[in-house]
Amino acid sequence: MADLEAFKEEVRSVIAEFLPPELRVGNRDDLPKEPLGKWIHALADRGWITPDWPTEYGGGGLDRQHTAALRAEFKAVRAPIVTSFGVSMLGPTLLEYGTEEQKKEHLIPISKHTIRWCQGFSEPGSGSDLASLQCRAERDGDDYVITGQKIWTTGADRADWIFCLVRTDFDAPKHEGISFILFPMHQDGVEVAPLTLIDGSAHFSQVFFDGARAKADQVVGPLNGGWTVAKRLLQHERSTDGSSDGGIGGAAKETIADFVKREVGMDAGVLADHAIRERLAAHEIDKRALGLTMRRAAEEARAGQRGRDIGSLGKFRWANMVKEEQDIAVDAAGTQGLGWDGPGFEANQLERTKKWLITRADSIWGGTNEIQLNVIAKRVLGISE
Amino acid sequence: MAVILSEEQLLLRESAQTFLADQSPVSRMRELRDDFDDTGYTPALWKQMADLGWLGILIAEEHGGSDMGLGELGVVLHECGRVLAPEPLLSTLLLGANAIRLGDNEALQKDVLPAVAEGDRIVAFALEESGRFDPYGVATRAESAGGGHTITGTKTHVLDAHVADQIVVVARTAGDAGDREGLALFLVDANAKGVSITRTRRIDGRNAALVELDGVEVGADRMLGGSDLLDQVIDQATVGLAAEMIGTAEEAFERTLTYLKDREQFGSKIGTFQALRHRAAEMFSELEFARSVVRDALSAVDEGRDDASLCVSAAKAQTSKAARLVGAEAIQMHGGIGMTDEEEIGLFFKRLKAAELSLGDATYHRRRFASLQGY
Repeated sequence: MADLEAFKEEVRSVIAEFLPPELRVGNRDDLPKEPLGKWIHALADRGWITPDWPTEYGGGGLDRQHTAALRAEFKAVRAPIVTSFGVSMLGPTLLEYGTEEQKKEHLIPISKHTIRWCQGFSEPGSGSDLASLQCRAERDGDDYVITGQKIWTTGADRADWIFCLVRTDFDAPKHEGISFILFPMHQDGVEVAPLTLIDGSAHFSQVFFDGARAKADQVVGPLNGGWTVAKRLLQHERSTDGSSDGGIGGAAKETIADFVKREVGMDAGVLADHAIRERLAAHEIDKRALGLTMRRAAEEARAGQRGRDIGSLGKFRWANMVKEEQDIAVDAAGTQGLGWDGPGFEANQLERTKKWLITRADSIWGGTNEIQLNVIAKRVLGISE
Repeated sequence: MAVILSEEQLLLRESAQTFLADQSPVSRMRELRDDFDDTGYTPALWKQMADLGWLGILIAEEHGGSDMGLGELGVVLHECGRVLAPEPLLSTLLLGANAIRLGDNEALQKDVLPAVAEGDRIVAFALEESGRFDPYGVATRAESAGGGHTITGTKTHVLDAHVADQIVVVARTAGDAGDREGLALFLVDANAKGVSITRTRRIDGRNAALVELDGVEVGADRMLGGSDLLDQVIDQATVGLAAEMIGTAEEAFERTLTYLKDREQFGSKIGTFQALRHRAAEMFSELEFARSVVRDALSAVDEGRDDASLCVSAAKAQTSKAARLVGAEAIQMHGGIGMTDEEEIGLFFKRLKAAELSLGDATYHRRRFASLQGY
């Protein structure tokens, strides 16, 4: 215990030395570059970007207790933390499936936050049916030559390396011909084209491979055994997802109730539009129900009381809930909820409109609502197909 | 802030399931409905429930109860809801006797509560006067007379009034229908002069009556409290009803799920059809969401949390929504057979509808939630 207290003191002194007040606002896009860089460097030096990874891979080598203490100290001061694909998804996957060489080569730069990764999974022809992917990898000496296309690749325009699902056997059944491979993005044969979405944002890209090369020793897990590796990686993705308020892009600056009150107005102490009032109440009740159900799922598991897996209800109900919040907002604003930018619209109206547009994706990404319902029917309710 | 059952509650649930499986299959409810005898429930079973301690769960030990909470009573109500038991749990334990328990008339508490715990006293609760739930919409008047009052008015859907020994009547001493102020709760003897009870027949087989009061005299010692007491009683009864509804909806869902897995058409089990698979998953999610909100509301009331009324309205709103969906889908997915009286699923559907509309439907509680949230 004394050791834990001493550790907490050490963390606090690092925070005091390297985390100025202007950074104590959590993860945001607009943080001042120089102090942020110094802070991240301080974390990297101590292995605190990946605190529970072994030290030989650049991690902090901390046990669960110390890792939890570290995270609690950061949370208490709203310290920005690194949440890269490398840290949350690829790293844990490599720790499980990677060769020693792969771990040394890739985990250290992830721990130092010097290499950026992107994820090459979905293709235009392979979304919900990811296993039908067609991106080809053909053996050529010590290399694989990659030909094909990926879509929905977040941050591909800024990535250094990609972890990619490719087909290495076109004769095997679709799930058994896939390999998980790593290769650099900065090479001839890799072309990135940003995708603009209906809300104007461009965080995702298409990536075109035409003669791109990957080293054969960068296959993670067994050749043609990539589907299993990918499923494991997606589990890591889901466990760190921490489905936030407000869907993609995060929560709005003010509550939906405050927004609606201002847009619709009050009359004798209640919202002037009774239909919107009832929808807002129903939404807030649904939101409480979601939180309580996810809490119940965790508590039932801990108490050994688990019946059917109610945790599986989280994703699609959350998606419906965040969409409904923005639906209420835009409906409440009426034509004032139709602004793209510029004069004639308040900033909070424009914000809600953009959020309304982008939250249409929350019932699509990470397993569409329809796929979620299929899984619940099959695995949770046991209705055979 | 409990959302899971305690060890004690798990044991209570298990023993309740065993007892009711043995003593109260759904066929019993059907027989009582068809016979439409004088009582509409099984008095011998009520006595057994008393022996099990169920009737004294909320009642203080000094009055013969076990001083437990709505969490525990919720478990019992849930299991009774699963088998559509028509015993006077809601009317007596959550409404009539609860008004006495929560009020400040100590003499009446001493007189009534031990008898209730023993299964020797049924106490009904006469509040409603119209179809849409409106607790302050009371026009029944209580005029001062001598040292007490005389009560005149008509009450509808008074659960178990026809078997009640006593009835708690909500009447107006001042103000007009719609005013929260000026309401008072009185304990009236069912056989008092001027009380006229007409048994009604409802789709859900629940026992209720029309109660007409014509100059019924009550002494000063028969007052229980005012609007504050009324609010409390209604909150507790509402969350109790929601707990019972979850049991009923759960059983309706399970039977429907079984039907999807068993029924075959076009060479396949109908559960293989994707539309039905999705709707089954949606039903399951609504049921489980409602269950969570009810659990939280039961503990919010037991703990006296500041947001207890908010939690109760959230619970009844969410449960009413789930009950509508589960009830409707249960009939629809059973196809033609679901429309027959012989099939039990219709009994569940009708009970769910009646409960949905009792003590405030989803709309009522969403509005109440909104008011409590300041919009």
